[in-house]
Amino acid sequence: MLDSALSVFTAGRNMARLMEGLGVTVWISLASVGLSALIGIPLGLIMASPKRAAAKAIRLYLETIRVMPILVLLFLFYYSLSKVGINLTAFLVSILVFTLWGAAEMSDLVRAAVTSLPVHQKESGRALGLTEIQVSLYIVIPQAIRRLLPGVINLTTRMIKTTPFVFFINIPDLMKVGQQIVEVSGVRDYLASVWVYGFIFLIYFAICYPVSLFSRFLENRWQSG
Amino acid sequence: MDFNFIIHCLPLFVAAAKLTVTLAFFGIALSLAVGALCAVANYYKVPVLKQLANAYIEIARNTPLMIQLFFLYFGLPRLGILLDGKTCAIVGLSFLGGAYMAEAFRGGLVAVSKTQIEAGLSLGLNRFQLLRHVVFPQALAVAVPVISATAIFLMKETSVFSIVALPDLMYLAKDLLKEGHSAESNFLLVISYLVIILPVSLFFSYLERRFRFAGFGS
Repeated sequence: MLDSALSVFTAGRNMARLMEGLGVTVWISLASVGLSALIGIPLGLIMASPKRAAAKAIRLYLETIRVMPILVLLFLFYYSLSKVGINLTAFLVSILVFTLWGAAEMSDLVRAAVTSLPVHQKESGRALGLTEIQVSLYIVIPQAIRRLLPGVINLTTRMIKTTPFVFFINIPDLMKVGQQIVEVSGVRDYLASVWVYGFIFLIYFAICYPVSLFSRFLENRWQSG
Repeated sequence: MDFNFIIHCLPLFVAAAKLTVTLAFFGIALSLAVGALCAVANYYKVPVLKQLANAYIEIARNTPLMIQLFFLYFGLPRLGILLDGKTCAIVGLSFLGGAYMAEAFRGGLVAVSKTQIEAGLSLGLNRFQLLRHVVFPQALAVAVPVISATAIFLMKETSVFSIVALPDLMYLAKDLLKEGHSAESNFLLVISYLVIILPVSLFFSYLERRFRFAGFGS
């Protein structure tokens, strides 16, 4: 049994290729999460502000994205952008689509974190004679971040778990590389698919589990405070 | 856009959409059952079962559905367990969904405050009455929004089922793309998912409003 596992991972450049696939997965995740935060946070602040029209427009964007499976969005963008003369690599399309989705979800988290703060917090600050900037800086933002962070970390793991979708647009991520290895090694090695897919399963778990634990830790810690 | 082609393809999309809806229905129903079992094991702190349920929840929640399906469909047959595509899809979806549903139920049960249970006990309610009239309604009010969000999430996750060789909507769209009808097939793809997901989403927002009765103390 173990011999067959060893031979699958040591044959050729299999292990190196899996690690390259993991690199692609990690890159797409990091870029999408980073860009989502960059775009989603300002959008969320606008949604929480009294600007009605802008907030409604963002809400519409959010609901439009939410109703479609992300795989469908990925598929649409990948096969339609080139039709209208925009040529992006599959890699960039995937980051674009995940960011469109992530930014929408992020904006909703930010809106919820900011609007869930009791009004009396701001009012007390003003009553103490703080300026608007001081109220934001010392009262609103620190509390909003506490409420925001667990949700953002959850979104991060959700985005990591969504990256295997790039398999459908032929990006050599962890899943695609795994499938290629199984196709070649499966001929000689009867259990290749068990080992390779089991290994990829473990990799995803090893990435996502600590992140979820961290999110729960923050939640427990900050709930009491 | 070629409307004749759209009309020509419509029956194909209806069939694929039916498959998606059927699989989603069974997957979500089983998810609720698995989730309820795990939540009960957790709530009553049943030894061994509680630990097993928690381990399962962490594993299912922290891995993507796609790799779970790959393992079921391509890995298990090599270990002597042969499942067809549909079974894999339903088992995979309820494996993933059960963990999320368990968390939804748990969140609801935890939210019922101790004073409520103590008040019920002091009124002389027995264990079953307590569950039926005090704990369950309040837990449900908290759990319903999470359950509905999870159900929608699971419906959207069904879009990956073509990897276990099921002729679902994505499979069909990819097939038609090869024939060079991308505009039409993309249009039909979007419409099909809208027709499937929008009613469910509206139904759940109605349900959430209906269940928002137990806002004790807030």
